[in-house]
Order: sequence, then structure tokens, then C-alpha cells
Amino acid sequence: MNLFNIIRDIETLDPEIADKMNPRRAALKSMTSFGSKVALSSLPFALGSFFNTAKAQSTSAVNDVLNFALTLEYLEAEFYVTGVAKSGLIPAGPALTAITKIRDDENAHVAFLKSVLGSAAVAKPTFDFTAGGAFADVFTNYATFLAVAQTFEDTGVRAYKGQAPALLGNKVYLTAALSIHSVEARHASHIRQMRKSTGQAPNIKPWITGANDTGVAAVAKSFAGEDNVTQGGVNITTLNGVGGKISTSAATEAFDEPLTKAAILEIVSPFIK
Amino acid sequence: MKEFANDEQELQVEKESFFDKKLQRRNFLQYAGVSAAGLALVAAGCKKDDNNFNAGVDLGSGDIGILNYAYALEQLEAAFYIQVVATPYSGMVAAELAAFTDIRDHEIAHREFLKTALGAKAIVGLDVDFSTINFTNRDSVLATAKAFEDLGVSAYNGAGYLIQSADYLTLAGKIVSVEGRHAAYIRDLISNGSFAGSDVVDAMGLDKSRTPSEVLAIAGTYIKTKINASNLPS
Repeated sequence: MNLFNIIRDIETLDPEIADKMNPRRAALKSMTSFGSKVALSSLPFALGSFFNTAKAQSTSAVNDVLNFALTLEYLEAEFYVTGVAKSGLIPAGPALTAITKIRDDENAHVAFLKSVLGSAAVAKPTFDFTAGGAFADVFTNYATFLAVAQTFEDTGVRAYKGQAPALLGNKVYLTAALSIHSVEARHASHIRQMRKSTGQAPNIKPWITGANDTGVAAVAKSFAGEDNVTQGGVNITTLNGVGGKISTSAATEAFDEPLTKAAILEIVSPFIK
Repeated sequence: MKEFANDEQELQVEKESFFDKKLQRRNFLQYAGVSAAGLALVAAGCKKDDNNFNAGVDLGSGDIGILNYAYALEQLEAAFYIQVVATPYSGMVAAELAAFTDIRDHEIAHREFLKTALGAKAIVGLDVDFSTINFTNRDSVLATAKAFEDLGVSAYNGAGYLIQSADYLTLAGKIVSVEGRHAAYIRDLISNGSFAGSDVVDAMGLDKSRTPSEVLAIAGTYIKTKINASNLPS
């Protein structure tokens, strides 16, 4: 095996390979730490996987994902900023404290994404939180406000999850996106508990049961496909639980489902003027 | 003699310029290629059996290693909640029992799914050590549940970029947000409103992420079986 020739051949096929292996991108470091773990016999295979992981996304592809995320964060941030500022909407005490905390997190996400994107950041759209009248009392009726909040959070979780593969292997941006994703899940869990404790959705759980478990028909699209019970070709309801198989409810709750960018844009477009 | 000295000098210059990152691209490729081959030869001569440093259950390498890592954590969580539901702490109200039963079933679903997906490559069932947990005491159980859920979230967040398959990354994403929902619920049980406390979510609004070695060092307190994570990607 002549490693030299292999690399030269790859270089002919993929002129960018030298850039991908540029020491400025710490390729050498990753290659040497990697090399110590593999046996010579497996090197051709291992080299293949090195090139796969080294194939970073283009800047524009990463920016597309980050700008998509920024748009959703603008939506959430302005929604909570407006809600918190509306006197008499959110009861003082734990409710106002929680919504204020969520507002601060969403504002932080906006600031974080804008700082990462710099001049490539998209501008904030103009929003219509009534979604053309579907939620006309969103800032005067606490129940409507929480219902929309829940939809935004659960949809946000699905949006980040759907974009993760576009950042595959990207230590910086994928890790950041995942670290926002799980915060949105924490928010969703809490808002669901708020809707349960206020009696607006007495049977709702912190996790998503089946498809649209919100009691609000208008948000059904945000939960389409959440009733999936098959993961990676495995039907979860065929697996052993305690005293029987895993129930259908538990199977749907245990896995949150992603949504494509197109599906997310369809859900949020009524909220964008 | 003079020529030899010049060669030496040139070699020295070449080395320096390499480390100055100014090397021509073809030379760099040659250098990198030779290093990798050299290191691989050294690695090939050092078989795993030659030492005991990496004794224990081998999680494996690549995506299989990461899936086994997740499988190990889900085994720990499932075993914990099975015990919580089997021996409820004093004063556990119906709503809490219902939620813990749900969480138990989610963790079992995660565990069994990963075991099935891994097939013959799945690690063995791990022995757990819950001797530090007082299952009759609400505070002890909730504190442990919070630690496990926050740890799980940080583990999936930190391992995401190590996954090479988009399908596996999506599956990990499907699980981690459910762990995030659990974490928020349990934190709210301990102190309402602490679902995204500043001990887990930083000023930029980002959740924690931990490396496998950081996670296993924390989880190790509760796992008797020795785990060898040395072949995981990094």
C-alpha cells in the first residue's frame, strides 16, 4: 500500500482535499491522534472515514441552518418579550417568573446566533402572533398565550432536531445547536406543566403523547408525526417493558420527532407578516 | 561536506517552515501521509491484550461505540427508575408515581431500542450500584433523578458531533429532547421554576455538553461494571 499515491489520487479527484487537511484547521492534530488508534490493515477504511468527517459543511450551508434557527428565535423572543410586557396577561408569581426566564433564554439565543453569524445574520421579520386572527386574543387571554407558547417550544425542538444532520460532525455548530435544542425541550416541558396546572389541558404531560395532545386543533401541524412508534426500523411497542410490552403512549413519548425546514416554515409562516 | 551541511540546513528549514504552517501543499501531504502510516505501524504493533490499562467492557469504536455509550447510560437510568417505581419514596403522590412510571418506560424503551439496534455488537448488561441512594427518601431520589437527567442531556449534547451517520444523529436527537423534558419536570418537582436553572443553562442560553470521559467519570459512581471507553471517537 502506498499511502502517498492514495493521497495524491484523492487530491486529483477532490482538489479541496488539501484545504480540508490544512494545518490551520488542525487537520494534522486530528489525523495524528486518529492514526494512533488504527491498525495498518484497517487504514484504507479508516482513511475513508477521516475524509468523511473532515468534509466540513460549506460556510453558506452552516449559515443557512443558523439563519433558519435565528428566525425561529426572533419569533420566540419577541413573543415572550411582548407577553411579559403586557400587564395583567401572565399572573404574577411563579408563572411570570417562568415566562420571564424563558424570555431571557430566547433573547440569549438570538444574541448568540447573531454574534456567530455576524454580518451574515438575517434581519428580524415583522410578526403577527395572532396568525392572521387564528389566535386573536393571544396577548389578552392567558390560555391562548400559553397554548401558542407550547406550540412554539415543541415546534422549536422539532426544528433544531431536523437540522442536526445538516451540521453532521461539526463540533462547534452542531454542539451549539444541540445545546439550544435541549433548552427548548426544557421550556416545552415547563409550559406543558403550566397548561396542566392551570387546568387548560388537564391531561397533558411534560412529554408529547401521540400526535396533537394539546387540545388545540389549530396547532395540529406542529405535532404531525409525533405518534410514530417505529425508530430505526424497530417497532418500539414490540419491545419488553415492565409486566408486558412498551405501551403505544410510552413509545410515542420516548422519542421526539424531527420536522423538515419546509414543514417548519409552513407552521410559522402564518405568524410572519 | 559543505553540501551535506547544506542538506541538513535545508532539512532544518523545511521542518521549521512546516511547523510555521508555511509548507507547500504537496510537501504537507507527503509529511502528513508518512506520519499517519508511521503511527499506524506503531499502533499495529501494540495489541490490546498487551496491557491491562483498558480492561473492562469495551464500548467499541465509531458509531457503534457511541451507541454503546448511550446504551450504557440508558441502562443506568432504566435500572434507577425501575427501582423508584417498585419502592416508591414515602409521600409519593399519584401524579408523581404516574410521571415516574412514564419516565421508567421511556428509559426502558431507549435501552431496549439501543440494545436491539446494536444487535450482536451491544455490550453486556451492566451491574449498577445504588448504595448511595436512599429510595425511601424523596429528596435523595429526586436529587439522583435530576443528576441522571441533566447528565444524560449533557452526554448526548457532547457526543452528537462524534456520530458519523445522519440517521444515528437524528435518533440521538429524538432521545435527548425527551431527557430534557424529564430533566425539566424533575427539577420543577424539586423547585418549581428551576427547569432551566443557571447551573445547567449558561448566559448564552446553551445547555451543558460533556465529553464521554467526563460523563463516565460521574456515572461511574453508580456503575459497578468497569467500562472501557478508550476506543470511542474523540
